Amino acid sequence: MATLRDIQRRIRSVQSTQKITRAMKLVAAAKLRRAQERVLAARPYAGKMAELLGNLVSGGNGRDGAAHPLLEQREGPRRQIVIITADKGLAGAFNSNVIRRALELVRQSSTADVTLVVVGRKARDFYRRRPWTIKRDLIGFWDRLAYSHAAELADYFMQQYLDGEVDEVHLVYNEFRSVAVQRPVRELLLPVPRTATAGATETGSVAYIYEPTPKAILDDLLPRHVRTQVFRALMESLAGEYGARMTAMEAATKNAKEMIDVLTIQYNKARQEKITKELLDIVGGAEALKQGSER
Amino acid sequence: MADRLTLEVATPLRLVVAETVDELVAPGSQGYFGVLPGHAAFLTTLGIGELVYRVGRDEHYLAVAGGFAEVRNDKVIVLADSAERPEEIDRARAEGARDRAERRLAGRGESDVDYARAIAALARALIRLQTAARGH
Repeated sequence: MATLRDIQRRIRSVQSTQKITRAMKLVAAAKLRRAQERVLAARPYAGKMAELLGNLVSGGNGRDGAAHPLLEQREGPRRQIVIITADKGLAGAFNSNVIRRALELVRQSSTADVTLVVVGRKARDFYRRRPWTIKRDLIGFWDRLAYSHAAELADYFMQQYLDGEVDEVHLVYNEFRSVAVQRPVRELLLPVPRTATAGATETGSVAYIYEPTPKAILDDLLPRHVRTQVFRALMESLAGEYGARMTAMEAATKNAKEMIDVLTIQYNKARQEKITKELLDIVGGAEALKQGSER
Repeated sequence: MADRLTLEVATPLRLVVAETVDELVAPGSQGYFGVLPGHAAFLTTLGIGELVYRVGRDEHYLAVAGGFAEVRNDKVIVLADSAERPEEIDRARAEGARDRAERRLAGRGESDVDYARAIAALARALIRLQTAARGH
């Protein structure tokens, strides 16, 4: 049976844990709001971009769809897989979901055909001790995530793709569905999928006047599209991380409260027992004294 | 056919303008172009310059750099790398950028890439200052 002091110590320890989880929850909530706004603010650009690209690629008026090296599908087996996680844990299953999803994909190819790019400390730490080749890592930038991070990464992917180092580039990241829901998703980044872009076209064939030429515009548009995709994935992941952490910390705070309640009841019971015992001792002692004096 | 244009200007970071306008002039990569209602479908890359749009008698200015513009069915979509209203421009920063670019150009002899980059930086800084001066 735990002594009063033991129980008290545990209550205090749980209380201080609860203070931390509550603070973390508040911080995550504040950051989430900002991250969410950024995701929403960036959506129009990405949406219009896909629409423009769809118009160009599907090609109106019986014209052949425009060709570009970044659109060209190759049969080769070499895949590059980009895994996006957070730097920090304490966010429920946020990181492990993505890592597991990526692992499925990674195992589809033979080890020699796969190269990895890991974003976020958690992904790096996991894959560093495993047999796959990590080409690049990017960590410790989440607090100041900017378009330039995405642009730099995207340019690296495109360079490798154009150089023929890899035949496909996939992104695996947490998609931000809502504050409570993040879903690990996988997307084909390169070659730029025609289906995804064609689906965005509403009216199909429009006879555009192009300036300078469709080819020149495509040369400009495709790299930007890829950069935007990477940027969007990073922002979704960031918003998702905060959402996941907020939910996880809220649950932890609730659990701590339940634990404190249980411990408090235990404490009160133990205290009552102790008092009863002491009373009995005193009564018993007084009784013994009385009998002693009567004799 | 509508007698006005719908204009949307977006950058990777945000939607800058979503308005109904009467006329607009934008810096295409091949030179400035004007759009009035009834314009033919048009798709172009953007250069560095000032985008002007008119609502009634009011003219609004934006400093834009790089990207695309699409005109279709009296709807104009501008996807710019950057787009700022006069009041959003940090003048001191633009002046700093201009001076840096000028110094770099003065002391050249470097690679073509650096040269092109400095020219572009200079153009962006000058347009920003020009647009900033429009604000009152």
